[in-house]
Amino acid sequence: MLPFFIQKGTGAMEEKNGLRRFLPTFLWLAAGTAVIWGLIRLIAPYSAGITLTQKIIVARITEVGGFLIALLVGLAAIEVFVYQIFFRGPRDLTTGMIVRGVQGLFGLILLLSVIAFFDLTDLIRLGDGPLAAAIRFPLNLPATLQRALINASIVPKSSAGLWSGLLMVLIVGTLLAVVQVLTRPRSTKLGLAYLLVTPAFIGIFFLILYPFAFEVKLAFSNASLGTQATKNASYGLIYGWQNLVTLFTGNVAKEAKFFEVLGRTVLWTVINVTFHVTGGMVLALMLNRPMRLRGLYRTLLVFPWAIPTTIAAMAFRNEFDSRYGFFNIILRNLQGWFADVASHTGSWLVIGDAFNWLAQNIGPVSWKQDPFWAFVSVLIVNIWLGIPFMMVIILGGLQSISHEYYEAAEIDGASAWQSFWNITVPLLRPVLTPAIILGVVWTFNKFDVIYLVTQGGPQEKTDILVSSMYKAAFQFYRYGFTAMFALVIFLILFIFTLVFLRVSGGLKSATE
Amino acid sequence: MNSILTALKRFYRWFFFRARGDSPFKRLLIHLGLIVACIIAVYPVLRVVTISLRPNDTLLTTSLRIIPENATLDNYKEVLFGAPEKNRKSDFFLWLWNSLSIVMVTSIASVTLAATSAYAFSRFRFPGRNAGLIFLFTTQMIPAGMLLLPLFIMLAKLQMINTSLGLIIAYSVSSVPLTIWTLKGYYDTIPVDLEEAALIDGASRLRTFIQIILPLSSPALAIAFLFSFMGGWSEYLVARVVLQKNEMYTWPLGIFTYAQQFTVAWGKFAAASVLIAIPVMALFLYSSKWLISGLTLGSVKG
Repeated sequence: MLPFFIQKGTGAMEEKNGLRRFLPTFLWLAAGTAVIWGLIRLIAPYSAGITLTQKIIVARITEVGGFLIALLVGLAAIEVFVYQIFFRGPRDLTTGMIVRGVQGLFGLILLLSVIAFFDLTDLIRLGDGPLAAAIRFPLNLPATLQRALINASIVPKSSAGLWSGLLMVLIVGTLLAVVQVLTRPRSTKLGLAYLLVTPAFIGIFFLILYPFAFEVKLAFSNASLGTQATKNASYGLIYGWQNLVTLFTGNVAKEAKFFEVLGRTVLWTVINVTFHVTGGMVLALMLNRPMRLRGLYRTLLVFPWAIPTTIAAMAFRNEFDSRYGFFNIILRNLQGWFADVASHTGSWLVIGDAFNWLAQNIGPVSWKQDPFWAFVSVLIVNIWLGIPFMMVIILGGLQSISHEYYEAAEIDGASAWQSFWNITVPLLRPVLTPAIILGVVWTFNKFDVIYLVTQGGPQEKTDILVSSMYKAAFQFYRYGFTAMFALVIFLILFIFTLVFLRVSGGLKSATE
Repeated sequence: MNSILTALKRFYRWFFFRARGDSPFKRLLIHLGLIVACIIAVYPVLRVVTISLRPNDTLLTTSLRIIPENATLDNYKEVLFGAPEKNRKSDFFLWLWNSLSIVMVTSIASVTLAATSAYAFSRFRFPGRNAGLIFLFTTQMIPAGMLLLPLFIMLAKLQMINTSLGLIIAYSVSSVPLTIWTLKGYYDTIPVDLEEAALIDGASRLRTFIQIILPLSSPALAIAFLFSFMGGWSEYLVARVVLQKNEMYTWPLGIFTYAQQFTVAWGKFAAASVLIAIPVMALFLYSSKWLISGLTLGSVKG
């Protein structure tokens, strides 16, 4: 049984009456409510020991609900604005002037708000002049309105935010309604495209483009904890140059050097992706045949992907404990067993020596103190976590390869190895290439495992570039330096991706 | 003796059904290999369950048993409901609620922002489209931590540090482009003929989108929602930067406070992990088919 949102509406369903049509939805809602109610009843007797209270829940719902509603209303207003620009033409000259005037005003307000937002977050400094005050006016309007409402004691303080918001909506709504009345529809070809793209453009502008611009500016500054981030920071090319020099010659986080960390990052990426792809390939090849228990194997093998990374990493971190972690328990048991066998076979020439050698060389390892083993430990965790993804991707690719190729190859007398290299690998390429690119980029950037398992230690010997950057920013507060560092990392990745895409021709498929 | 033989024969036939092609020996090897792989995949997860069942006085043991001696549910009880008699309160539900509210809003916001624009990218050829798509593709190359610093400073200026809104904004950075990319992959698979038929019948483009494409893509929207939900649900590093107050912690930050005090709270950490992981893994395995098709169509498209 699929949940209601997965089911597709069919012709038969359209003809049913409303009740029958929405019955599954109602049932799901009822079931959900019942489960929640039951849980609450179960938990209620223990509420003395629980810090979550009804008050917190209500406060949070108002907070995020208000945010969502504000976001939707704001988007709707902007959408209507864009719609009117593209799809509505003025009736005649007079209305045209009014309409264009209102729209110009609206656009100006939007523009001023964005500039004022830049000022608010310190990307640009407007200072305190009258011009600055004028630019800040639209963004401050809700707050001003709120204060005015409270001062005039029209509304109580507690709901002033709501009322001023409603008032804003009313003003904007009236303006848009005026434009709507004074115009008539006209048709455009591409208007809809821009109308549809607008919300995402706004989102990406504020979430990616703007922070990126901020980062570039930060890279050419001496911002740090001492300058209170951007408050007292100075900007200039010379600071950018200094940051760059520190990056390549000084310490990237506390004591590690850039090229040492870069080398480790490359090693980290190469080892991980190699193991992910080969491991995933081997498992997928084994699974890609009719066999018993196939579904069970598949489900169990996906476990490392299904378990939240945070939990897996933290669990492994404990398992690398030198005494009580299971890696060392197994190694210790193995050592004991080897020693035992060696003591019984000591007189046999080669075997006794071999077991003696094993018993001396295999044993518990100090995963946390030894830099080499610490690096191995993070590798183990990340390889374990990453294989299922590749397995699933490759399995999907394998299943789309027709069986006839293999049969033909068999008739021609090809060995299994030959048909693997000459049929499977080339036909997997369209699936494998993007998966490998993404795998490389993800692994290059993936440091939550490192951070959670070793925190980069001992002595930053397991840090990769991104985790050093994170530390530089949030443990050592070297903001300007970190921004430059981030730009350099981005450049490395960007060049890698471009080269890889050029070689594999993947860019064309991305824009198709 | 004879019955055992028949049973074995039956098992053999059941096990090696449709045994053409590979020899029985090869099949046995494959099964063995897969069993070993499954053990490697599952054992660490089982270990967490084991540790969560251990009584507090034998938490530190070198035993490798899967069900420990004197197994108890005490750890679960303390994680869930605290120990009022020892004046210890449990933050577990608080953490869950923080995570849930933040991730839900992030997912809703990003699906809302992405649903329409992905359609434009999929169906229209407008100036700026290619640039936009390449830009979207590049955003997947941006390290998650890279924009964190400017975002952090920006959020600090807006006084949004330690608020759920701050984290919602920080999560949307990676979630919005990914959602657009995934949804675009889905819209590409819906045949254009459907819309063309509607257009010929006189429906407007907007109406086609609302009445034909959106209902058809409701599974895609659900998957995009799931994607961004899964992305934020167990995120640790960004949350650590944005949320610094104890009562704002999401669950990854919360259970890390258990994991840090190794000897004291290993059992509590394990119990909390199991409680969180079970619904998530169940959801993941249940929806994995759609998730995977989403991956192959969206982000990993050839």
